[in-house]
Amino acid sequence: MSTALAVPRPATPSLSPTARPGLGRLTRVELRKMADTRAGFWLMAAVVALTAITVVARALIGDAADHDLGSMMDVVLLPAAGLLPVAGILLVTSEWSQRTGLITFTLVPVRSRVLAAKLLAGLVLSLAALVVCLVTIAAGVLLAAQGVDGAWSSSGAMAGQAAVFLTTSMVTGIAFGAAMLASAPAIVVYFTLPGIWTALASLPFLENVAPWADPALGPITGEVLSATQWAQAGTALALWMLLPLLIGVWRITKREVTA
Amino acid sequence: MIESEGLTKQLGGRTVVSDVSFTCEPGTVTGFPGPNGAGKTTTMRMLCGLAEPDAGEARVLGSRYRDLPNPGRRVGILLDASAQHAGRRGREALAVSAQTMGVGEERVDSLLELVGLDATAARRRVGKYSLGMRQRLGLAHALLGEPQVLILDEPANGLDPEGMRWMRVLLRDFADRGGTVLLSSHLLTEVEAIADRIVIIGGGRVRAQGTGAELLNVTGTSVRAQDVQGLRRALASAGLTASPADDDGLLVDAEPEAVARAAMAGGVVLSRLTPSEGAGLERLFFELTTEPTALPDMNSTDLELTGAPA
Repeated sequence: MSTALAVPRPATPSLSPTARPGLGRLTRVELRKMADTRAGFWLMAAVVALTAITVVARALIGDAADHDLGSMMDVVLLPAAGLLPVAGILLVTSEWSQRTGLITFTLVPVRSRVLAAKLLAGLVLSLAALVVCLVTIAAGVLLAAQGVDGAWSSSGAMAGQAAVFLTTSMVTGIAFGAAMLASAPAIVVYFTLPGIWTALASLPFLENVAPWADPALGPITGEVLSATQWAQAGTALALWMLLPLLIGVWRITKREVTA
Repeated sequence: MIESEGLTKQLGGRTVVSDVSFTCEPGTVTGFPGPNGAGKTTTMRMLCGLAEPDAGEARVLGSRYRDLPNPGRRVGILLDASAQHAGRRGREALAVSAQTMGVGEERVDSLLELVGLDATAARRRVGKYSLGMRQRLGLAHALLGEPQVLILDEPANGLDPEGMRWMRVLLRDFADRGGTVLLSSHLLTEVEAIADRIVIIGGGRVRAQGTGAELLNVTGTSVRAQDVQGLRRALASAGLTASPADDDGLLVDAEPEAVARAAMAGGVVLSRLTPSEGAGLERLFFELTTEPTALPDMNSTDLELTGAPA
């Protein structure tokens, strides 16, 4: 007995053959997979660098009055909101394009658990990015909007909207990746969709519908949303986030892994 | 223990695997030779739960693969050594899987050493690996979870002769310690060198199965004479059955000595007399390999070879 107790604990907690890897473990693995490839590393580095550059650039343009929280946030969230979903897309599509799905889905045969872990990892990463962005934005406002009345107005609501924007952008990326299971088409569609939608929305017969399906979620990063705007953001998310996600769930769980 | 019961799979309206049944026992290496496109990979994918069979059932260690709680700790799989993220370092690729299945990272290093990937190679990105290095990384990956069963698709592909010898020793040792191994190859000789049991697959069907000895000892004698008609008569009167061989000779279902006696009794001069051990197996395999699309009807050969007891 004493010898058994003396055995040092291994650095990584080991798992017996009869214990199913938990969702926490799988989420940590997916987080690791997002950053441990060459593409993943540079994507993360680019988000941090661009966020820093953006906040400096935005602080240098215009008067102090232009540097309130909403104006800063409107611009500074863009690198994270634009690039993190690409990490989300690649997290799913690389299982097919890099064919690692052969390994992932033999180690975790219940594929819905892999997708759940990817979504959780995406949420964790976007919340981490949120902290980085908010700190950067706060520093920017603090330095560039000194003495401006109302520079910090509704900061709680704005931080909440930033959280919604970053997390839903990430989940939308994962959903696009899951629905298409191919990196290039998923990334192209993800980036061209808002532009295409803006063009379509200018057509007269779509004028009334357009705000309800705006993939940019209205002015969510720039001003406090009204109840109607929240409802519009909700319907837009149902269309651009939930629908592709459901298609993705169906494809990943039902389709055979032919990678 | 791997059990395949009547596995059948259709892809794009074509039956690629048809009623494939075999069992791999603990302590044995089962070879799964067949030409490219024979259905080996599809069968293995069904064993690992990546593809759903249209009929039949596959069980690994007594349960469906998908029902194994932590399959990485039970079954080591190598389906395609190139199926690794090109932008991930070799060691990291193993570490990700080690974390998933819950084995300590120290095992990653000992396996890298075991398969002969040094620290420099471990730090390189898999995209820069040669096929042989990927194959070694894939074998390390398969062994990572200290499994009892190994399922390896073409593991010798890309290995040099020394690497192949090394792999043979490794798998032999694994089986001798009670493990179950199933490995496929498009080369019969490679399988013969290592397998205790052989399941030959072609055109999606099991064409022959048995122990290496059973399949190779399909006894027969290849015989040739100037006077073929006289030879046929002599063999017939001795009660021996003969069938035409590829080279105007005859293939007789008997020992060489019996054939020689029959020829002597009939007064026929033989120009050749050789035991044709395994000739049937090789010929069958050759036919499967050379005509993967239009398969000859080999029901007669099927009956002869698949009847071997397990």
